[in-house]
Amino acid sequence: MIMIFGIPGPLLFGQLLLGLINGAFYAMLSLGLAVIFGMLNIINFAHGALFMMGAFAAWMLLNYFDIGYFPALILAPLLVGAFGIFLEKTIISRLYKLDHLYGLLLTFGLSLVIEGLFRNGYGSSGMPYRIPSLLQGATDLGFMFMPNYRGWVVLAAFVVCTATWLIIEKTSLGATLRAATENAPLVQAFGVNVPRLITLTYGGGIALAAFAGVLAAPIYSVNPNMGSNFINTVFAVVVIGGMGSILGSIVTGFGLGVIEGLTKVFYPQASATVVFVVMVIILLTRPRGLFGKAA
Amino acid sequence: MNLSRRAITLGGLATAAGTIAPLRSGFGQAKPKLKIGCLTDMSGPYKDLAGPGAAAAVHQALEEFGVAGKGFDVEVVVADHLNKPDVGTTVAREWFDRDGVDLIVEVANSGVALAVASVAKEKNKVYLNTGAATSDLTAAACNANTIHWVYDTYMLAQSTGGAMVKAGGDSWFFITADYAFGKALQRDTTEFVTGANGKVVGSVAYPFPGTTDFSSYLIQAQASGAKVLGMANAGTDTINTIKQAKEFGIKMQLAGLLLFLTDVHSLGLDVAQGIVLTDSFYWDMNDRARAFSDRFSAKVKGVRPTMVQAGVYSSTLHYLKAATAMGIEQAKKDGAATIAQLKAMPTDDDCFGKGSIRVDGRKIHPSYLWEVKKPSESKGPWDYYKPVATTAADKAFRPLDKGGCPLVKA
Amino acid sequence: MFGFSRPQFIAFLAMLALIIVCPFVVYPVFLMRVLCMALFACAFNLMIGYVGLLSFGHAAYFGMGGYVTAWTMKVWHLDASIAILLGGVTGGVLGLCLGYLAIRRSGIYFAMITLALAQMVYFFCLEAPFTGGEDGIQQVPRGHLFGFIDLSNDMTMYAMVACVFLGGFLLIHRIIHSPFGQVLKGIRENEPRATSLGYRTDDYKLIAFVLSTSLTGIAGGTKALVFGIATLTDVNSSTSGEIVLTTLLGGLGTVFGPVMGSVVMVSMENYLAQFGAWVTVTQGVIFMFCVLAFRRGIIGEIGNYLKLKL
Repeated sequence: MIMIFGIPGPLLFGQLLLGLINGAFYAMLSLGLAVIFGMLNIINFAHGALFMMGAFAAWMLLNYFDIGYFPALILAPLLVGAFGIFLEKTIISRLYKLDHLYGLLLTFGLSLVIEGLFRNGYGSSGMPYRIPSLLQGATDLGFMFMPNYRGWVVLAAFVVCTATWLIIEKTSLGATLRAATENAPLVQAFGVNVPRLITLTYGGGIALAAFAGVLAAPIYSVNPNMGSNFINTVFAVVVIGGMGSILGSIVTGFGLGVIEGLTKVFYPQASATVVFVVMVIILLTRPRGLFGKAA
Repeated sequence: MNLSRRAITLGGLATAAGTIAPLRSGFGQAKPKLKIGCLTDMSGPYKDLAGPGAAAAVHQALEEFGVAGKGFDVEVVVADHLNKPDVGTTVAREWFDRDGVDLIVEVANSGVALAVASVAKEKNKVYLNTGAATSDLTAAACNANTIHWVYDTYMLAQSTGGAMVKAGGDSWFFITADYAFGKALQRDTTEFVTGANGKVVGSVAYPFPGTTDFSSYLIQAQASGAKVLGMANAGTDTINTIKQAKEFGIKMQLAGLLLFLTDVHSLGLDVAQGIVLTDSFYWDMNDRARAFSDRFSAKVKGVRPTMVQAGVYSSTLHYLKAATAMGIEQAKKDGAATIAQLKAMPTDDDCFGKGSIRVDGRKIHPSYLWEVKKPSESKGPWDYYKPVATTAADKAFRPLDKGGCPLVKA
Repeated sequence: MFGFSRPQFIAFLAMLALIIVCPFVVYPVFLMRVLCMALFACAFNLMIGYVGLLSFGHAAYFGMGGYVTAWTMKVWHLDASIAILLGGVTGGVLGLCLGYLAIRRSGIYFAMITLALAQMVYFFCLEAPFTGGEDGIQQVPRGHLFGFIDLSNDMTMYAMVACVFLGGFLLIHRIIHSPFGQVLKGIRENEPRATSLGYRTDDYKLIAFVLSTSLTGIAGGTKALVFGIATLTDVNSSTSGEIVLTTLLGGLGTVFGPVMGSVVMVSMENYLAQFGAWVTVTQGVIFMFCVLAFRRGIIGEIGNYLKLKL
């Protein structure tokens, strides 16, 4: 066994992989948040709850409709995204004229309602969701032991994040989106239906969260608290990466996941706080975040 | 003109505020009335193992005791402690001070349990704890108003730890929830492992609550080369640890130091099979237990009782027997005297059979080691355990002189 | 008097009368909880209502104040007054450290940073041995006030809590209606203009933050004494969220709003506790309702109806 810094090779690489996986979730969730914040200027506190809904949607599809994992990867984001669009049309759109803080408060309230309802309906101990048989088992890579499903998660997350980044930065749709963020009335004057664009963007951000939820379902129990467990760390990630920066959220998400993983090897008790410590350091040295625009 | 408008509004507000707020009560009753409070987790991680099922168990005990014909009434109130010691303390205080509650049962959650114990002592009422794990309730934190009914960390450690070493699991690695409960469980289990000539190869503590991903700790456990993985945690944490251990193909034997029937139900047999755990009650363990469980399931459809819920039934029943024996008025007046009565009478019910209560407030009964069945061995839902070993009542719990309980006179 | 306008003064007298009369008809421990929460909300309101900064992690100061008071009472057997003051000092010092980091940003960024910092405090409290982790610090004696007043009697304790609350309430009011408070309002209205006038706005904001967190620490310490327990609940993010809701419901930026808000919130929690997770759902619904349709809060709406500033 190779020993690095006194830690066995399989252990270190195993932790790095796990860090990447965690990072994948951070990246996807903060990406959704960044997209929504960039376009709508709303801090979507309900993101964690909608992530949880994605996992529940996958679970419900399996248990009530016998629809398996791979179709659920598409269906669940669509369903929850549609729910997100419904939310946007009825509730969120009323916030645009108000101070940003009200957006935070409203979505916070929304997260309480969603989580409370699910907790009432489904209890807190979580429900099992099996890893699809195609992805079960593990591969022995020699220097480490990798469960196939976890490898798949990193791959899928990476693909989705890259695709999103490409769409926003490199396509004309993305350009229109970015323009609408800068100056909505002007873009509307060009004939673009800006409100619909905004609605679809919100739905898209939510769908990203739901997709992450489906990916998470086999790894964690599907339980109503899974969103709130993530959301606070994800906010720190967003602050570190720079609010509203797509690239920032992706890079920081993966990066912080790796840092957290390494902390777990060397000093496990601090693994929950290390993200916040990094955030404090960033705040002291570069307040706008690693990739953010100056305030 | 303006002034009166304001005055009326303010006056109206005051009255409104007054009506929402709780009032002090103090009305007399005609027939003597006992009031039982079931303080449990109705919405959190312990909802399924205790929760509404525990409340149902109280009612079942009342019905089977036949309260109606005995010349007194019993009222039951239920509250959710939300797994917070301050909520638990507030509810306990209000119940004892304001609502005339005489007995509090259940309280799954060690932190809440300890807090309620001191309130019960302060108000001289009766407290029968069934759900909490911490063995401190009968050690340093013991008092004359509290009885710890179903299990504790010592019992779990003694049964699972000692037995597993005997079965060949002589090297252990712990994954521990980094708070009092997890640490106590690890500490107690380590004593047994080393006492049976096993060794603890290593351990790792993880932040609690909030940790859902145990893969890194599992990797460490596997790398340590230990034969047994001791999970010093409970609820969702244990479920996640087990699921992820399966996913990573961990070859160690999994010791569920605190695992409930509802957790196994949640995990599913294909994941949970082979896990070894300790419960002092299983619905299918003998004829009496089966009979009780059938009666229970007739009311709470679709589930079987866990040991906590069985404990609620058992403790409530014993309390009613004691209260009738000493006289209801006397029981209401003096909690410590009621507890003394409970301790003086031997216990006997369908769930735990014959048992007794020690002077430090520890109820004594045998503990059982179980193994989770393979899916092929199970005949249907809830048929999950097969018996492995039994520890006799006098060995199952910490010896009386070792706890440091001030009630035990040397 | 004290800077109250006439209608506010009448409202103050009404509140004072209620404080004096209620413990004889209403369960005193419930009232003490209301008063502690009210002080917490008033201190919180200082930031959001008058400085315009939403601190989403105020529970950190509340909880730490509670822990310090609980620990000093239990282990060092201090006088209750000193223990509570130490709680306040803790809140202030913590507020200074964390505020220094957070003040660099404003608006939503400030909110998110305070939330994240509070999470750090939460995890610290989880790990640190003196806090007792999940169990918290239990069996905290109520002790004595000024050496001779025994606080184990509920009514005596209530009298002390009421005095602490009134003291804090009047102090906040005094701060707002002082030259310092005027500068704060100016900063809230138009910070660049205030800077151009020569005011070091960051310092003012930080001082206000420290004042707010100190009073929050006092509220936390008092609460720990009343209930004899200091737990993780007092530092976690849902308590932070609750205090935001309490103040929003009562009326942001009003004098009596936070008090009204805590009466309603604590009563609601009391009533709904028996129904399990419905507390969370109800809180969420109220939050959403307040943001969408009831932004002025109860006192704000009443004040608007009566054309008063309450």
